[in-house]
Amino acid sequence: MDFAPFILSFKLAGLTTLILFMIALPFAWWLSQTDSKSKPVLEAITALPIVLPPSVLGFYILVVLSPNSAVGGFFEDVFGVKLVFSFVGLVVASCFYSLPFMVQPLQSGFESLNKHMLEASYLAGKSKLQTIWHVALPNMKPALITALIITFAHTVGEFGVVLMVGGSIPNETKVASVAIYEMVEVLEYGKAHIYSGIMVAMSFVVLLLVYIFNHKQKKVGIL
Amino acid sequence: MLAIDIQKALHGSQGQMSLDVKLNIKQGEFVVLMGESGSGKTTLLRVLAGLEKSRGSVSVEGKVWENVPPQQRSIGFVFQDYALFENMSVEENLLFVNHDKALATKLLELTALSALATRNVQSLSGGQKQRVSLCRAMMNKPKLLLMDEPLSALDTKMREQLQIEIAILHKEFGTTTIMVSHDGASSYALADRIIVLDQGKIIRDGHKDSVLKKEQKTVYSLQN
Repeated sequence: MDFAPFILSFKLAGLTTLILFMIALPFAWWLSQTDSKSKPVLEAITALPIVLPPSVLGFYILVVLSPNSAVGGFFEDVFGVKLVFSFVGLVVASCFYSLPFMVQPLQSGFESLNKHMLEASYLAGKSKLQTIWHVALPNMKPALITALIITFAHTVGEFGVVLMVGGSIPNETKVASVAIYEMVEVLEYGKAHIYSGIMVAMSFVVLLLVYIFNHKQKKVGIL
Repeated sequence: MLAIDIQKALHGSQGQMSLDVKLNIKQGEFVVLMGESGSGKTTLLRVLAGLEKSRGSVSVEGKVWENVPPQQRSIGFVFQDYALFENMSVEENLLFVNHDKALATKLLELTALSALATRNVQSLSGGQKQRVSLCRAMMNKPKLLLMDEPLSALDTKMREQLQIEIAILHKEFGTTTIMVSHDGASSYALADRIIVLDQGKIIRDGHKDSVLKKEQKTVYSLQN
């Protein structure tokens, strides 16, 4: 049994979650605090990956990352990094694909906080960064956990974008979902059953843990 | 001394109005701000704290606070809804402002909260929460203490007790204090001076005896 596709899936999901957290945290904070007229436009753009077919997203990412484009060409010339059909390219694509799943829970978490509590922190001499870290995030743990876990799980579950941008190179871009697709194509149903079963079991356990955690947090809040 | 001369457009209870306040407050004075809902009391406090922008100027002991963020004003602020850091214990709420353990201990003793120091603030009663909020506001030894209806959510007994504690802290720390209040009795007990706002303008300002007497006359004439 070859577990490399699973390991690759988790590596991809872990990196994507980490990078997205760092990008989405300031962005979600800004969205939650701003009255800017550009807010609905940015919110709509952020939500696009939820409604677009993965093939559309995959197509555009492929076009932008290809060595013939300005971005892809720049990375290849300057850093020697190929962005299509490579693991790095997959990470970039996953960051776009999973962006709303990180931004939206964080934004609604920030918005649900008592505004006066944040102001009390400013009046205590704390900067915005200190306030986010010591006051905001610890008081929105369910939103924080939801953002991290759902982003991770959603990245493990992606298929269309990965296939288009990464193809299926063993140990490089052949993640679990792509491996299952190939097994079914060559009628290896036994293997496909095992892989799919593992995916279902793991996804269920992760989601169950999130719901149990959030349920407990709500109870603590009531007490 | 605190010199305030500010203007700000407001959406009040009766549509658009402008907050237009000019006043001087002496060092160590206890001022109670009264007036109907939507008359601009809370906005005035928020402008002083740097939480909202306005035109005009605020100067403290000759220094003008222009574009000074709330972080640098070292103001004590007590919110009506307590606004405690809910992820922290009573003591942690105080130490987060200023890591001065001796001061925290002293404040908790003054407000009879020592026994609750390690409790999570979410488990406290309203009165206890407001006392923690008051202690927290004193942690950076503010020259200016601003309180937005600190007594309004409490029952009579709790209100009287907190009133005493506010008076003790005001004296002990020599702060200049501005408190928004609806309640005539506690205003009279605490204030040196009472200012009444209406539609964003000061309509009465003076020693508590003279202001409250005039207020009562108004109420009396309205009732009859």
